Amino acid sequence: MSEAINFHYVVDGDDFTSAGEASVDIKRKLRQLGVDPAIIRRVSIAMYEGEVNMVIHADGGTVDVNVYEDKIEMILSDEGPGIVNVELAMKKGFSTAPDYVRSLGFGAGMGLPNMKSYTDGMQIDTKIGVGTTITMVVNLK
Amino acid sequence: MTVKELLKLDEFEAVNISDDSRIIKGGYCGDLLSWVMGRAEEDNVFVTIMVNVNVIAVASLINVSCVVICENAELSDELINAAKQKEINLIKTPLASFEACACLSNLINA
Ligand SMILES: Nc1ncnc2c1ncn2[C@@H]1O[C@H](COP(=O)(O)OP(=O)(O)O)[C@@H](O)[C@H]1O
Ligand SMILES: [Mg+2]
Repeated sequence: MSEAINFHYVVDGDDFTSAGEASVDIKRKLRQLGVDPAIIRRVSIAMYEGEVNMVIHADGGTVDVNVYEDKIEMILSDEGPGIVNVELAMKKGFSTAPDYVRSLGFGAGMGLPNMKSYTDGMQIDTKIGVGTTITMVVNLK
Repeated sequence: MTVKELLKLDEFEAVNISDDSRIIKGGYCGDLLSWVMGRAEEDNVFVTIMVNVNVIAVASLINVSCVVICENAELSDELINAAKQKEINLIKTPLASFEACACLSNLINA
């Protein structure tokens, strides 16, 4: 049994335009590891949405990607405000994003739904005033 | 159709071309980036009037064959440099999104 390969990223909460650096980097790393391009695409898009959310809604955070033999796990953690109503937040079109975010093409309320549809498993652990951890899994087999 | 073939048309002007042999299989038009990420497919042309640098990150993650910016929207150096760095084919057109899509659709289905 080979051990998991880990990648750790810090997502800067101030820099909206550079959001996505971690997802673009993970894309390159997974390509080097020989992961199927269709899987890489799903992982990197889901991670990008999560990264953008951490920048818009939570002032940044961290991303840990663990590549196992049979799955890729992404853990996105922030110390932001938390999500008040997860069920509502998961609905297509629901967004609390401010207008400036919308002018940049985000804030359509499709991020969490995309994260769910591009992954095989997603879990949201959130606590108001403490933060949010979102764990996503994409199966390799 | 390839990116090279598209660029033969006067309406479509190269801004950054990293690989003009990319094949265009269908397309997606939109300015809301999460919709684009949810729906656009690999090897699509991504038609938009959005010109902030996130467009290039999205194009890269989806692995579209090219991005077409409509209405001759002004392109910042930051955007063009990001396209160069991420090797994204970036094209601009004076056409509005609707006309650009109609034109592209005809070409793709020809
Ligand atoms: N990391 C987070 N911290 C706090 N709130 C969040 C976080 N991620 C998402 N949310 C909340 O869930 C809503 C829906 O998220 P999403 O579907 O990505 O849409 P959008 O980002 O376009 O608003 C957000 O508007 C926000 O209220
Ligand atoms: Mg979002």
